[in-house]
Amino acid sequence: MAYDSNMGDTGRFPRTRWSVIEGARSVHTEERQRALGVLVSAYWKPVYKYIRLRWNKENEDAQDLTQDFFARLLEKQLLDRFDPGRARLRTYLRVCIDGLVMNTDKSSQRLKRGGEVAFLALDFESAEGELSKTQVSPPGNPEEMFAHEFARSLFGLAVARLRRECEADGKGAHFRLLELYDIEEGGKELTYEQVAQRFGIKVTDVTNYLAFARREFRRIVLEELRTMTSSEDEFRREAQALLGVKLG
Amino acid sequence: MTWLDDSALERLRHAASSPDLEGTRYRLIDKLGEGGMGGVFRVEDRVLEREVALKVIGVSDPDGVLAIRLLQEARVIAKLEHPGIVPVHDAGTLPDGRPYYTMKLVQGKRLDEHAKDVKGLSDKLRIFLRICDTVGFAHAHHVLHRDLTPANVMVGPFGEVLLMDWGLSKLLYGSAGRKVADRDGSNSGKFAGAPTTAHGSVLGTPGYMAPEQRRGECPVDQRADIFSLGAILEFLLNDASAVPRALDAIRRQAMAEDPSHRYQRVPDLASDVAHFLDGLAVSAYPEGPLARLWRWAGRNRAWIGLLLAYVITRVLLIFFRPH
Repeated sequence: MAYDSNMGDTGRFPRTRWSVIEGARSVHTEERQRALGVLVSAYWKPVYKYIRLRWNKENEDAQDLTQDFFARLLEKQLLDRFDPGRARLRTYLRVCIDGLVMNTDKSSQRLKRGGEVAFLALDFESAEGELSKTQVSPPGNPEEMFAHEFARSLFGLAVARLRRECEADGKGAHFRLLELYDIEEGGKELTYEQVAQRFGIKVTDVTNYLAFARREFRRIVLEELRTMTSSEDEFRREAQALLGVKLG
Repeated sequence: MTWLDDSALERLRHAASSPDLEGTRYRLIDKLGEGGMGGVFRVEDRVLEREVALKVIGVSDPDGVLAIRLLQEARVIAKLEHPGIVPVHDAGTLPDGRPYYTMKLVQGKRLDEHAKDVKGLSDKLRIFLRICDTVGFAHAHHVLHRDLTPANVMVGPFGEVLLMDWGLSKLLYGSAGRKVADRDGSNSGKFAGAPTTAHGSVLGTPGYMAPEQRRGECPVDQRADIFSLGAILEFLLNDASAVPRALDAIRRQAMAEDPSHRYQRVPDLASDVAHFLDGLAVSAYPEGPLARLWRWAGRNRAWIGLLLAYVITRVLLIFFRPH
């Protein structure tokens, strides 16, 4: 299975907190695998792009290092050593990547994969395509660059999940309106009447559907983010960084 | 996974953080800024056809503390009808479940920006007196502000001075003089404790917070606001080439480490500043006979000038009178 859209998707998340940190520290292999799946789906592209840009690695080296990184995350119990009181998970992962790349440069060796972690099916071609489409300047601040790519990845996952949920609930038009206005920016030149005609809905439904889709998008983003953080405090700080809003 | 370019990312970020106004009487125009607990947006009231400011909590408030605090803030402001406090128009819950309130849209500058344009010391002190007047009014209604800073004071185009951001405000007593719950929802029943987050961090602005508030001590009373007023006075005096001793004494007394050494009431502080402006003695600065004479001379410059002119004329007349 590719880790591009579905891995880590638990459908509608429960209200209670389940975090990847708890999952990764579980004694149950299945639970650990699930946590790794969630982490991989959100982080593999940021990790790959970060290695490519920050460490100026060639395509193939960056692919190997990305695979090594996630293998080590589980095999070396790197997440056991994560202390939420000292850093955000995102910062900790970035520091781990830096350590991995530096150590690999020194020893010129790769981790021998095996055990619980198989070779991950990651679509590096698409990540390369995204790199070529994005105007990425050499990262002056690695933390910012990694955070930006994480936001892109998380929003991408949230959009994919919103699409699935809308389609499953027979609300495809709701999602396509969000796509039109917020992803493609195609709604700017159209009147509500034209949009209503295109979607075969009432004019008054255009704003209603759009508001619904945005509300659901916000919910999903926050649910995904809650899963990716280890404490309420970290969740609030991450939400502030991601959405630019203070949560107190 | 959907590929999102940077502009799509920004649009989605905006969509996720903006208040959902669908089905309400308001239309979003733009974002004005961030408050202590959420965003403030410029919106159009479509019924009354006017622009107002809408304050809404951040996108997530799982424990509901922010919602309680926002509602309490709206109620506190609604209770305080004063020219120095922005009136609240409406309060409720948005379709996305977030509580909000709307208030008059204030056009103007924050005091920390406006102060650069005010050159005269007396003009700055008059602004300070307006702030004292508002805080004194709030205290008279048993409300502490607890986050007085230049950034929370707006100066309007017609010189109006408005005290903003009552998110940390606290009601000292109920109408019957009972001690009442904390405005931050903690319901401690104690006398005005220091405001804290759900995680125990003390809320307020470093540099303007009274020491006892910074330490998270109880009780915190109106003297914590008096300390903050002293810090605002200090800010206003920052670029003065030489701060008069009496004024510096007022500042020091307002900012005394021990609350019992501070002014005990805002009107006492305001009275000292007003006395200083009028060239009168101030309680915070006991002066010697020479200093008193000098101040008296300064205050009666015009009379002394006239008297001197009269004496000189008489002397000249005595010497040059034709015999």
